[in-house]
Amino acid sequence: MNELDLAARVVELVRKLAGPAAEAEVVVTRSDLALTRFANSFIHQNVAESGVGVRLRLHAGGRTATGSGSVATPDGLTALVERAVAAARLCPPDRAWPGLAPPSPVPSAPAWDEATAFAEPGERAERVRAFVAATGGLEAAGYCRTAYRVAAFANSAGHSAHGGSAEAALDGIARAGGADGVARLCADRLADLDGAALGARAAAKARAAADPVELPPGRYEVVLEPAAVADLLHNFALWGFNGKRYAERQSFAEPGVAQFDPAVTLVDDPLAASGLPFDDEGTARRALTLVDAGTTVAVAHDRRSGAEAGAASTGHASPGAATFGPMPTNLHLSGPDGPPATGGGTAETPLGPVVDGETAALVAGVERGLLVSDLWYTRVLDSKSLVITGLTRNGVWLVEGGVPVRAVRDLRFTESYPRALGPGAVLGVGRRPVRQPDRFDGVWWDAPALRLAAWNFTGGASG
Amino acid sequence: MTGFDAASAAVQAALDAGARYADARVMHRRYESMSARNGDVEELTQDESLGLGVRALVGSSWGFHAVPELSDSAARDAGRRAARIAAASARVPGPPIDLVPAEPTTASWASACEVDPLGVALSDKGDLLVGATATMAAHGADVAEGLYQVWDTTKWFVSSEGHRIDQRIRECGGGISATSVGDGETQRRSYPSYRGQYGTTGWELVTSLDLPAHAARIAEESRALLTAPECPAGETDLILGGEQLALQIHESVGHAIELDRILGWEAAFAGTSWLDLARLGTLRYGSELMNVTIDPTIPGALGSFGYDDEGSPAVRRDAVREGRWVGVLAGRDSAAVAGLDHGGSVRADGWARLPMVRMTNVGLEPGPHTLDEIVAATDDGVLMDVNRSWSIDDKRLNFQFGCEIGWEVKRGRRGRMLRNPTYTGIGPLFWRSMDMLSSETVAWGTPNCGKGQPGQVGHTGHPAAPARFRNVRVGVRA
Repeated sequence: MNELDLAARVVELVRKLAGPAAEAEVVVTRSDLALTRFANSFIHQNVAESGVGVRLRLHAGGRTATGSGSVATPDGLTALVERAVAAARLCPPDRAWPGLAPPSPVPSAPAWDEATAFAEPGERAERVRAFVAATGGLEAAGYCRTAYRVAAFANSAGHSAHGGSAEAALDGIARAGGADGVARLCADRLADLDGAALGARAAAKARAAADPVELPPGRYEVVLEPAAVADLLHNFALWGFNGKRYAERQSFAEPGVAQFDPAVTLVDDPLAASGLPFDDEGTARRALTLVDAGTTVAVAHDRRSGAEAGAASTGHASPGAATFGPMPTNLHLSGPDGPPATGGGTAETPLGPVVDGETAALVAGVERGLLVSDLWYTRVLDSKSLVITGLTRNGVWLVEGGVPVRAVRDLRFTESYPRALGPGAVLGVGRRPVRQPDRFDGVWWDAPALRLAAWNFTGGASG
Repeated sequence: MTGFDAASAAVQAALDAGARYADARVMHRRYESMSARNGDVEELTQDESLGLGVRALVGSSWGFHAVPELSDSAARDAGRRAARIAAASARVPGPPIDLVPAEPTTASWASACEVDPLGVALSDKGDLLVGATATMAAHGADVAEGLYQVWDTTKWFVSSEGHRIDQRIRECGGGISATSVGDGETQRRSYPSYRGQYGTTGWELVTSLDLPAHAARIAEESRALLTAPECPAGETDLILGGEQLALQIHESVGHAIELDRILGWEAAFAGTSWLDLARLGTLRYGSELMNVTIDPTIPGALGSFGYDDEGSPAVRRDAVREGRWVGVLAGRDSAAVAGLDHGGSVRADGWARLPMVRMTNVGLEPGPHTLDEIVAATDDGVLMDVNRSWSIDDKRLNFQFGCEIGWEVKRGRRGRMLRNPTYTGIGPLFWRSMDMLSSETVAWGTPNCGKGQPGQVGHTGHPAAPARFRNVRVGVRA
C-alpha cells in the first residue's frame, strides 16, 4: 500500500469510528536517513534509519486531538484512530479550530535525485575520505548525510497531495593546533558535494586560524561568513517570522515597517530546492517574501495562526506548530542584484581565512573589523527584541585595511539580531548565497556573506 | 515476534554478516503531551513508536541500522545492513576499538510509578492546565502557558555477549509559565522551572507540584518584572537558586565530563571538553564544597535506569570529589580507548538512534547551609533563579546564563526585584569561587538535552541546591 492509500485508509477509518461529521487530516511519511560521522579523521559513527510515520489530526464534536505513530499495520492504524477519537471526546472544546484545507492544486515539486535518495554507505564514506585526505594530515571531523522522504496528505474534505524529496549535506572541520576551520554545504544531489574541495577549504581556514590573539570586547565591524549568517536566518525564522509569536506580540516583526537595511530581502522559498510541495495541513508551499528591500511584509502562518490573525495560511503547518508556532524553514537572504564576485582559492587569492570571492570582496572594504566564520550556541535573552548571546567558532580574524591580518580567539557576543541588520547597518551583502544545512534534513538556510557596521562582543575567551 | 526474538535475530544476522560484536534494542514508546494557553487546550499529542535498532562492530568500525518493524526478516535485514555499514566505515579507518568487559546479564527492571500518567483521564489533565493558565491570564499574563509530557518506554536489549535485559521506564512532568509583553521586551516567569519538572515517576510528581497554587504569583511577577530595575552590571557575589544551579551543572560539568567529548568524538558539533584525561584524579575543578556524583540509581530522578543501553548496570560514581575531578561519563568503547574500566552512561533516544554517551543524574551532593543562611551571610550581591537562556562554548568553559528573575541582596537581606539578570564566567574559575552551598537539594529533571547527529534528545537529572559564588560578572546586555 503506498503512502496515499495509507492516508486515505486512515481518513476512512475516522469516518467509520467517529462518524461522517468528523474532520480528519492525515500525513503519511516514509523516510530514509543516513549519516556517516567522522572524528579524529576516521569514521566513528555510521547510521541509517528507515522510518514510517502516520500523523492524524482529528476534529470531532468541536474538539481536536492529534495522534501519530510508526505502526502502519492495519491493527496499528486502527489503534491510532481509536486513540485519537477517544482523546478528542475527552478534550475541552477547541474554539479556534480553523477547519480543513479545501481541495486545491498543489504545485509540482522539484524532481528529487534517486542516486541521493538511495545512496550506499560507501558513497558517503568516499566523500568523507576525500574530505579527510584534503586536509593534508590535519585532524578532521564532521558528517556526510543523505536523506529521502516521500509523503502523502489526505483529508476528509477531499483534498490530497503527494510528493517526495531528497537532500545531501557535508559538514566538516579541520583542526590545526587547537584552531578549527569549517566547510559546510547542502545540496539536492550527493554528487554535488565535493569532499576534497570542502576539506581543502576547512584545512586552509584552520591553518590560518593558528596562534590566535585575544581582543578586548566591544563593538566591531564584522564580515559574517555564510555559516554564521545561517544562524541569523534560523533565529529570525524561529522567533521573528513565526505567525504565532507575532500574534502574541512576542515577535519583533512589524509588517509594513522598514525594520531592516534596504539591502536586505528575505524570502522563504521551500521549492527552490528539493522539498515537499505541501505542508502538514495540505496547503501548498510557495515562496513567501518576508522582508522586501528592508521592509517587513509578512510572517509565516498555518491555518490556525492565520485564522487568528485574519490571514490565510502561508503553507507553514508542521507537527507542534500549534504550540511552537509556524515558522519558515528555507530562508533565502539576498541583497541588491549584481554579478557574483570572483576569486578565492585562485592563484591570485589562495585559500586562507577567506575562501570565496564574495567574502573577499566584503572584507576588502573593512578598515578595521572582524571576519567571523561561524556562530555557536546562540540563545535568546529576549524574544521580542531578539537579543541573543552566543560565541564565535571555527575561526575569527582581525581585518585591517581590507586584509585579515591575524587570527583572534573566540569571542562571546550579546546582540539584537534585528538591530544588527537594521536600517543603515548592512554595509554589504554577498551576491552568491551558499546553502547551509540545518540539524534537520529538509531545513536549510541560503546564506550569503554579510558585512555589518557593528556587532556587540561582550566577552573574550577568558571571560 | 517478541522484542527479545527480534533483537536476537538482528544480532545473529549481524554476526553472520561478519560482525565480531553486535547489540540490538527493540523499543516501544508511548508519548503524550498537552499544552494549554490562556485557558484553552492548545494541543494534545499522542504518539506510539515501535522499532528496532542494531549496532555492529566489524573489525574496529561501527555500523548501525534501524527499522520500524519487528518481523524476523526485517530484523535480520537490519542486522545485515548494520554490518554492511560498518564495513563501509572501514574505508576511513581509525585505531583499534575494544569494549571494556561487561558481565552477560539477564535482567528485568522497571521504574517506580504510583499513578500511571497515561491512565489519568485526559479531562483531568486538561482541567489542570486550563485552570492554571486561566488563572495566570486573569492575573496579568499576556501569554499563559502550561505543558505536561509523558513517556512510557519498554525496551528489550540483546547483545552478542549474552545480555538479555528488558526495562520499562515511565517518565513524566510538567509546568506553567507566564509571559508579559512590554514596550519592546518580554518578561517570563515559570514554575517550577522553564518547561517544568520531570522525573522517572508517575503522575504523582505533577500532582505534587501543585501548579494552580503558583499560577497567580508567577503571572504577577512577570508583569512586575516589566517595570523592575535592570540587573546592575559589574562584579558581585552571586547566589543561584537550585533550578538554575542544576542547569549550570548540566552545561559546565555534565557535558564537560562526557568521555566522547574529551576524546574528540563530538568535535565538529557538540564540541570537545577543556578536560584533559592526563589530569583525571588531580585537576582542581572547583572549591572543596564541590562534590558531584554520576548516579543513575536515584529513585525518581529523570536520569535513572536499571541498565544503560549497552547493558551496563546503573552504578553510582564520583565525578568531582572535594573539588577534584575524578570521574567521567563513559561507554564501553570510549572507556576502553581511555584505559578506564567501566562504561555505564550510554543511552539511545529511541529505537532509531545510536546509543551514545549521555548524562544520567549528574548533581551536587548537599552542602552545609540553607538559602536563608546564604542570603544572611551576603553583604552585597544578586540572587538569581529559574533559567531563561543558556550558552556555553564548545570546550564547556565560557558560559553566559540569563535567569527569569533576580533580587538585590544588601546587608544580608533580599531586596528589590531585578529584571534581565545575567551572569557570565569561565567554568573552573566559577566553580572554585563557590563558598556556600545549601542542603536543600532537589533532583531537577532536564528533558531536552540535545546531542548527536542525527539529533538525539536526552533526559537527565541534576540534584542541586542554592549556592553562592564570589566576584562573578553580572548584568551583561546588548
